[in-house]
Order: sequence, then structure tokens, then C-alpha cells
Amino acid sequence: MSILLDLETKVIVQGITGRIGAFHAGEMLAYGTRVVGGVTPGKGGTKELGVPVFNSVREAIRATGATASIVFVPPPFAADSIMEAADAGISLCVAITDGIPCQDMIQVKRFMRRYKFEQRMRLIGPNCAGVISPGKAMLGIMPGHIYKPGSIGIVGRSGTLGYEAAAQLQACGLGVSTSVGIGGDPINGSSFRDILELFEADPETKAVMMIGEIGGPQEAEAAEFIRNHMTKPVTAYIAGLSAPRGRRMGHAGAIISAFGESADEKVEILQEAGVTVAPTPSDLGTTVAARLAKAA
Amino acid sequence: MDIHEYQAKEILAEFGVPIPRGGVAYSPEQAAYRAREIGGDRWAVKAQVHAGGRGKAGGIRLCRDEHEVWEAADALLGKRLVTHQTDAKGKLIHRLYIEAATEITREFYLGFVLDRKAERVVLVASSAGGMEIEEITRERPESLVRSSIDPAVGMQPFQAREVALALGFDTAHMAIAVEIILGCYRAFRELDATMVEINPLVATHEGDLVALDAKMSFDDNALFRRPRISELRDKSQEDPRESRAADRGLSYVGLTGSIGCIINGAGLAMATMDVIKQAGGEPANFLDIGGGATPERVAKAFGLVLSDANVEAILVNIFAGINRCDWVAKGIVQALQKLDVTLPLVVRLAGTGVEEGQKILAESGFPIITADSLSDAATKVVAAWRTHGQPRRQSKPIAEGRS
Repeated sequence: MSILLDLETKVIVQGITGRIGAFHAGEMLAYGTRVVGGVTPGKGGTKELGVPVFNSVREAIRATGATASIVFVPPPFAADSIMEAADAGISLCVAITDGIPCQDMIQVKRFMRRYKFEQRMRLIGPNCAGVISPGKAMLGIMPGHIYKPGSIGIVGRSGTLGYEAAAQLQACGLGVSTSVGIGGDPINGSSFRDILELFEADPETKAVMMIGEIGGPQEAEAAEFIRNHMTKPVTAYIAGLSAPRGRRMGHAGAIISAFGESADEKVEILQEAGVTVAPTPSDLGTTVAARLAKAA
Repeated sequence: MDIHEYQAKEILAEFGVPIPRGGVAYSPEQAAYRAREIGGDRWAVKAQVHAGGRGKAGGIRLCRDEHEVWEAADALLGKRLVTHQTDAKGKLIHRLYIEAATEITREFYLGFVLDRKAERVVLVASSAGGMEIEEITRERPESLVRSSIDPAVGMQPFQAREVALALGFDTAHMAIAVEIILGCYRAFRELDATMVEINPLVATHEGDLVALDAKMSFDDNALFRRPRISELRDKSQEDPRESRAADRGLSYVGLTGSIGCIINGAGLAMATMDVIKQAGGEPANFLDIGGGATPERVAKAFGLVLSDANVEAILVNIFAGINRCDWVAKGIVQALQKLDVTLPLVVRLAGTGVEEGQKILAESGFPIITADSLSDAATKVVAAWRTHGQPRRQSKPIAEGRS
């Protein structure tokens, strides 16, 4: 087991004929992901990387039985593609696109609420590295080889800091069940809390590493969930201890604009919820290892 | 992206928000002329800078005749205004807004912002205008009114009425208050704003309701479809290094420390700053060169970091995913060949192609200090900065244009 994604998941790539989409579709195929098709309106009937291209997500699902999609569509059109996937019946959509207007994401989130919870698409991202279940499948843009299969779930906003965590875990002899990048935008599909819930229910995940950063309410919301519902040990790191207030640090969402949004405050809130917080970003792996040793 | 007060007022006026008569001035002569054009016997000369707290910092002068307007304009133009929202250098004043002075009877606060938790736009309003929102939240929390707006249908008139009633507007002002609230919402929605603030919205002696100060910020990600808003960008209000970086597709935030940082990924960049600080150093900047760090981008990043005269040592931290460490290493060597780098340089490479990358660095002949982990990198760069770092304050800062 793993969360969200496994050997069976059939994937379509929205924006497969673009330069970036084609490149990463190739990487995902090479990793073993079952990429069964792509969608580019107007290019239906052609082939890319040996898989069929369709004009719409609905056509692609009908022909391939795909249940997951990954979006590489440029920012002006990305929200539309995500909503198309939600309406066509995709159950997991990973949006890689960076730079989607905030109001478009508000609209996407509102649109998705028209479906009953059980039928609602799960959206990961946008502006994220995607999802990988090591040794099984990759639905994202990460370097697959740095992830060793194992039992630690990783959930984080940042791509490269997530790679750092995976590499540090590997150095400690620890592997990963699934790693999920939820993205750096102010409005995103799945929150830390949403992913923690999946890890808590996954028998293969024994502990979770959560990598947050300054800005937004989602780490505090996660702390609340951990306190009330998590039985598995959670360790965390919050990036941006040295970030000044009111300045946007790269990610559209990484800005301290309200109480409780600074790294110090988030660390405190998580610690109060029983989370072990890594003191520095070079202790991500060792902190998880120490927490596991204590739990054993 | 932020815009000036006068620009926000012009926009909001188009959405039905009443504003006092006013005009922009770039010189004392123009300021005096504006005052005459506006008429009346009292004017406010307001410095146009992208920062709040202008009044307390002396950036708003009340004048009683044209001569005073001229003098105030002369005193303000070309100066840097330091407010509690700016850094110690302040913001350059190169535009003024001359406005008819208003006799205030009551002040209100209106602010539309993004509620990240509810994933909606929310209106926060208060009958305690004139103070900053942080101050109102702290000192007059009971005066705050919130209204959350459903993105599917937008703000409804009844919601605006509810807010207006809760704020206690006079009956005579109710209709215009509702129009102002709905107008601000439409401006927010139709122009991809991230913030619309009127503070204060004032009831005047003459019985009018007008926006005395207005602030708008816009979503950088939506500027592609807002060409009119993009034109309002004023680079003189930005850190010149940040503008240069943005023009080159790099994400840079200037800080006050001495250790220049070149990193791929925003999260890793923040984490690297943290670990430098924990090792006893101070980062000079946040710099994310992006997930796919090509040699060209690495070279541009070096140019940018070296343009900061405070930088005394450099740390490059790249976790190669899709890109490769050997490309990054080539970029570093290219940058060192082109630029005269005499500062200590610590490079940490990880991920794809790390062995080839390290080989390229080792064979380059440059005195590059390599590190194999995040903590190792931070320790080494702080040590190198302490022992070898030379202040280069004599080097040329980027010229600040008065465009």
C-alpha cells in the first residue's frame, strides 16, 4: 500500500504535447508509471511518446480507463483544465503548473464543491512537485531515484526541500511510502491535513514527515488534526525562521501576513500538538530516526 | 504588485467610489498649479510611496496657500521617506498627490483581502478607521465586521447593507456606503486584486462620504491578463536588485546580512537561510533560481548576488532533480571565469549527477570550497566568511533611477 498512487493507477497527461509535459511524461513512463494517454485540445488522434493523445479528458477516460491526471497546462489555461478533469470523473489530479492566478484557484475550489464528497476529485497542487510512491509510480517532476521505498510518509509544500528530506531519510536508512508535494500557492487543492488523514489510514506508513513554511493557516490546521486524530508519530520542519514579515519568499503563498503565520509560531503550535520539530533543515532525517527509535 | 494611492483612487473612482478632488505633481511648480486647479483653501500634499504610515513619517503635509504647497512639494520630492513599513533606507518620493483637504467627522475602515482558510475573498470593516488594521484588531476588536463572499455569485447588495448597518453609517450615507462596498469588491474581482483597502473612508463636514486614502495590491500571477494594471508598476519603489532579478526570471528578496545565497527551490532557499543563521551567519538574500537550474541561470544568479555590496561570502546550494549537478557546476565555472569573484565560495551539490558536478568543480582550478550536506555547507560558509570575507563596500551599488 501507499497513498493516492500505486502500480495500477492509470494516468493521463494534460498538456502532453508541450515541451515540459512531454519531457516529464517520458520521465514518468521510465519510472514505471502507467501513463496511458494525453490530452491536448486540437491534437486528438495523434501520438506522443507512443501513447494516444485525445482532445478532451472525457474522451481520454472513455478510451483508456484512466483515473488520474497530471496537469502541465500553462497558467492562463490551467484552471480550466483542472475543472475539466474534475467534471470528466478523474479521481486524482496533480497540478504542476506554477503561476495560476489566485482568483482562478478560488473558482476551481468552488467548482469542485458541486460534486458530492465521494465523487469529488482530489486535487494536489498547483505549483507542486507532485506525488511519488517509490518503486511503484511517480505522478510528478521529482527525481525518482532519490526515493527509497519504505514506510515514512512525506508531505510538504516545497519540491527541492522535499528532495532534501528524502535524501536525508535515505542516508538514515529510511525509505518513503509516498511523498506528496502540496505546492506553494496560497490556495491549493489538498492541505497538510488532507494528506495526513490519508497517511494515518495507510497501513504501510509508519510515521510522517511534514515540511511546512511561513504563510497561511494550513500548518495550524494540521496541528489540530494531529492532536485529535493521529496515532502515528509526526515530525515536522518549518522553513523560513529567518524570513522577514510581509515579504514574499519565492512561493506565492510564503508570506507572513497574519498572526500564527511565522515559522516560530507554527513551530510552537505543532510542538503543542505533540509533533517533534527538527531544529534545523539538516536534521530532517535524524529527527525522524530519533522519533522512531523513541516510539519503538 | 503594489500601486500608488492616486492610482488606486483613480481605479476605485471608476467603480463608483467618491474621492476628494486631487491631481499628481512631479515638481513644486506643478504642485502649486494643481492646488490652484483644485481650488479651495486647504490642501494635503501627499508623498506617493509604496508604504503605509506616511502621515506619521512626515510624508503628508497640510498646506494653507499655494506657497506652502510649493514648499512642501520642494521638501518632499527627491527625499526618501522612512516609515515603520519601510526599511531604514526608506522609499524614494518622486511623485506627489495634491488633494483638497477634508474636514472629517467620522472615519471608517474597509479592507477586502484573501481569506486563505475559507479560500474566499473577505471584507473586513470597522467603524474605527484611521488606525491601521493591526491596531484596530488589537485595540478595537469589537468594532470589526467581517463578510465572507461566495465566489460563485459574488458579493450581494444585502451583504454590503449588513456591513454598512453594522458600521453605523448615517441613514443619509447608507446608499452610497453600499455602492462603495460593492464597487471595491467589483474592482477586486475584475482586476485580480489581492487587496483593496480604504482607510479611512470618511464622512465629511459637508455631509459627503469619501475615500481619503486607498491602497490596492494585485496578483502577480494574473498580470498577464491585466495589461492596464501592469503599466502602473513603479520600479523606483522596488529594491533595484529585486527588479533586476524579476526581469531575469529569478526570485530574489534582498536582506541585510553578508552571506549571498544561490539556491534552487523556494523551500530549500528558505531552509538554507535558516541554517546559515543557525550557524552564526546572516543571509544577504533569498534567491530561488528555479527547479531547472541551467548554467545560464546560475551565471545570472552570480551577477545578481555580486551586485550587492554587502555580500562577503557566497553559498550555492543546489539539489538537482530534473536538472543535473554537472550542468550547474559548469554554470558556476562559467560565472567564475566571466566575473571577478574574490569572495569565498562554498558549493553544495546533491541529487542527479553529483559526482560529475564535483569533478568539474575540482578540476576548474578555482578555490571552491565544497560541502556534502546542508549543515556542512552552512558551517563552512560561515567559517569562510569569518576568516576570509572582505567587506567590499567600495563597490558600485546599482544606480537608483528617478525615472
